[in-house]
Amino acid sequence: MSSSDAAPSALVVDNVTKRFGNVLALDDVSFSLGATELLALVGPSGCGKSTLLRTIAGLVRADHGRLRLGGLVVDDGTRHVPPEHRRIGLVFQDHALFPHLRVAENIAFGVRDASRRDTNGRVAEMLEVVDLVGYGERFPHELSGGERQRVALARALAPRPALMLLDEPFASLDSNLRSQLRASVTAALEITGTPGVFVTHDQEEALATGDRIAVMRSGRIEQLADPVSVYHSPANSFVARFMGEVNLLPITSDAGGARTLLGPVDTTDVGRDVSSEMQAMLRPDDVTFTESAVGGACIVGAEFRGTTWGYRIELPGGIQVLASGSHLHPFSVGMRGEVTLTPGHWQVLVPIT
Amino acid sequence: MTTPEVTHELVPTARERVHLGIGDQVSRLGWPSASLLFAALVVIPVLFLATSLLRPNAEVWRQQWDTRLPGQIVSTLVLLVGVSLGTVLLGSGLAWLLSAYTFPGARLFGWLLIAPLAMPSYVLGFVTVSVVGFTGPIQGWWRNQFGADAWFPDTESMGGAIAVFTLVLYPYVYLLARAALRDQAHGAYDVARSLGAGPIEAARRIVLPLLRPALAAGAGVVMMETLTDFATVQYFGVDTVSVGVFRIWRGTFDRDAASEIATLVLAFALMIIGLERVLRGRARYGTAAGADAGFAPQRLRGSRAAIATTVCLAVLTLSFLAPVAQLVWWATSEAVGPRGTPLFSRFLGYLQHSLLLAGVTAIVCTAIAVVVTNASRFGQPRITRLAARLTAVGYAVPGPVVAIGVLLMLVAVDGLLGHLGTGLPGVIATGSFLGLAYAYVVRFLAPGLNATEAGLGQVSEEVTISARSLGARPMEIVRSVHLPLSRTSIVTALVLVAVDALKELPIVLLLRPFGFDTLSVWTYLLASESRYEQAALPALAIIVVALVPVGLLSRQLRMSSAPEGPAEAATIGTWGGRTDEFV
Repeated sequence: MSSSDAAPSALVVDNVTKRFGNVLALDDVSFSLGATELLALVGPSGCGKSTLLRTIAGLVRADHGRLRLGGLVVDDGTRHVPPEHRRIGLVFQDHALFPHLRVAENIAFGVRDASRRDTNGRVAEMLEVVDLVGYGERFPHELSGGERQRVALARALAPRPALMLLDEPFASLDSNLRSQLRASVTAALEITGTPGVFVTHDQEEALATGDRIAVMRSGRIEQLADPVSVYHSPANSFVARFMGEVNLLPITSDAGGARTLLGPVDTTDVGRDVSSEMQAMLRPDDVTFTESAVGGACIVGAEFRGTTWGYRIELPGGIQVLASGSHLHPFSVGMRGEVTLTPGHWQVLVPIT
Repeated sequence: MTTPEVTHELVPTARERVHLGIGDQVSRLGWPSASLLFAALVVIPVLFLATSLLRPNAEVWRQQWDTRLPGQIVSTLVLLVGVSLGTVLLGSGLAWLLSAYTFPGARLFGWLLIAPLAMPSYVLGFVTVSVVGFTGPIQGWWRNQFGADAWFPDTESMGGAIAVFTLVLYPYVYLLARAALRDQAHGAYDVARSLGAGPIEAARRIVLPLLRPALAAGAGVVMMETLTDFATVQYFGVDTVSVGVFRIWRGTFDRDAASEIATLVLAFALMIIGLERVLRGRARYGTAAGADAGFAPQRLRGSRAAIATTVCLAVLTLSFLAPVAQLVWWATSEAVGPRGTPLFSRFLGYLQHSLLLAGVTAIVCTAIAVVVTNASRFGQPRITRLAARLTAVGYAVPGPVVAIGVLLMLVAVDGLLGHLGTGLPGVIATGSFLGLAYAYVVRFLAPGLNATEAGLGQVSEEVTISARSLGARPMEIVRSVHLPLSRTSIVTALVLVAVDALKELPIVLLLRPFGFDTLSVWTYLLASESRYEQAALPALAIIVVALVPVGLLSRQLRMSSAPEGPAEAATIGTWGGRTDEFV
């Protein structure tokens, strides 16, 4: 009832549903985005994340539900504001610059109803924001991939959009460039105070960049939370698996609480009841291997990852678990030992999905 | 929910209020409606004709059946079968020769062999009749040598017509077969050889089946081009159904009878489309995108190399070099002769008519093509895609069918306006520039559309979406993004349509207003009266203009490893993929 929030939401998605033929691309999706928030949309391919982005942009019309941008209804199933009137900025994987226009002309394209001086000023400002001062007279084909993507960002930011939408913006770049560009995008959005939604299929990118993360599957948002929660207390086993390597172990309960093959787990923080629908979630760093000639566990796979080693360990019952270990004391395949829970790490229970 | 909140949501800001005006709604509906309107303009004449299939005039059919019709049907079938066999053999044979082997001149012949595309069949037709025909110099020399009764193949016959069409139309098959060999066959051929198959076995079991779709498509184009003609065949005394339409309409102006026979031409066209679909099966030609090295061609030496070079040179000479030389000879001997080039002033007048007609057609077709193409970016995709396909239908409909269909439609419009008390001037229905240009536009929209679609294809969907998200309206995007980026393809569209329009003969012969002669009409009329020397100049003019797109295409063939630019893609699209326009 109260509409006196200090910072109104940049975007409110209410029960949005979209169907393509038999495929339910968006299934009753709801969330809202803070005034300067950056939301990462992740999920396996075909989960509906791109459809959600395109619906927000106005390229796809919702079947049901309501979309509000900056307090204005832009789609409610009957009315539909076309993309050119939504004040959104779009950045695509392939940058989509206008190849026949110079960098400055590209950036100026969306700046309307402004004097020449104001436009030039805005272009200069944007070039500064993306750190491309002096590139205004170049043509897109004279730029590197990363520079093009920064121009695309500047072009989208120039008309002061109410919301930025980024569709896999870094997917076409190599990994070094990618982390650089990630930093400059977040910086640019922060400087200009622009909220954003960006789609990625890369969990690490989502964890590193998003203020919050929405994990999607089959047209639904499975969890929407800050990166730490999504990684360490996932809403269910799907989210747990999707966000990174994980051990999901069956639990049994006794008087002392829940236990797994590796020992008792602490469930006090979670507030989830121990039941047969629950599994214990242990990230590889929650599991420790110690060498011992009489141990029942055996290392069956070892993978060097730079700062750590990743191990695949077979337990006496035949179950395999993943563990990580320091690069200072590497183990090799065939070594026997004990597997324990890493002291000080917390464990969570997740519902099986 | 409280009232104030609702108000806040529903009242747009000043900016939104301006932008969501009525004009905006119109432009939103405007794109799909415009493309549907153009599609209707193309389809309606054909439908007018098709509906007369539903109420056949028994009397007309009986009368036709008792006179020429059975012979015409047989001749049409024999001609179609003969020409398609001839072009498939010649076209695929040359394609194989130039893909699998290398010999002196092979690279040059590789693209020179498409030159006959610039030679209208009616030009090669009259040159052949005049030079090789009974009264021509060759048979004259033959009779001098071997006596007046010495046997010589009858030139003015079905055989002669098939030979001429084969020489002019084989490049369609050649182009498609070469593309298929380049894109698909070579890897498979090499694999087959490595698995122990000899060259003959590999060709029979692997290459031929792979070529089948390309050959079917090529034969489809060839048969359509043959079916639409009624000028060339008349030089050879071959009476086809298309000739029937022409005879009836120009002889008696009996619209009903002409349209009855035109439906028969349409039936033949549908048959060709069906046949092509069946032969092609579910396969498509030229699917592989990667530009591979192609066959590693085998070098021919000695007598085999000499034979290969001779074959190529012979085909090129017969189909292009010799007739052009003969035309140049005639034109120059006219020019330097005592009379000078007679009717030269009239030549300029006809040239003007041709340029006017080709220019109007090219501009209208390209403008429509640009609208229909761009509509696909802004309208409902299902509607705009359907409209685009329908708009291209005219190319699969033989010229006589288009002409009679337009005629029927104009008569109907005339009648309708008559009821309203404002009839069109009578001549519009029977022969006017308007009707003529309309028929041309219906027939030649497809090449323009191919070119503009290839051009817009170079502009990614994301570029359009980015421009929209930056606040640009569709019209503004077309003006400041799409058009500048597809300039080359628009020029290509203009050129392709103009050249096709300049060469066109059947439609202009059927629909031209009294006294409105073009270069192609003049060439045809002079040649019909055996005034070959005078026909040479307009014929040469047509060939020179038609060489422009052939040049574009040959450039593409020479740089076949380079990525396809919009212009080249469109040329290939028009000449290679015509059959894809068949609905």
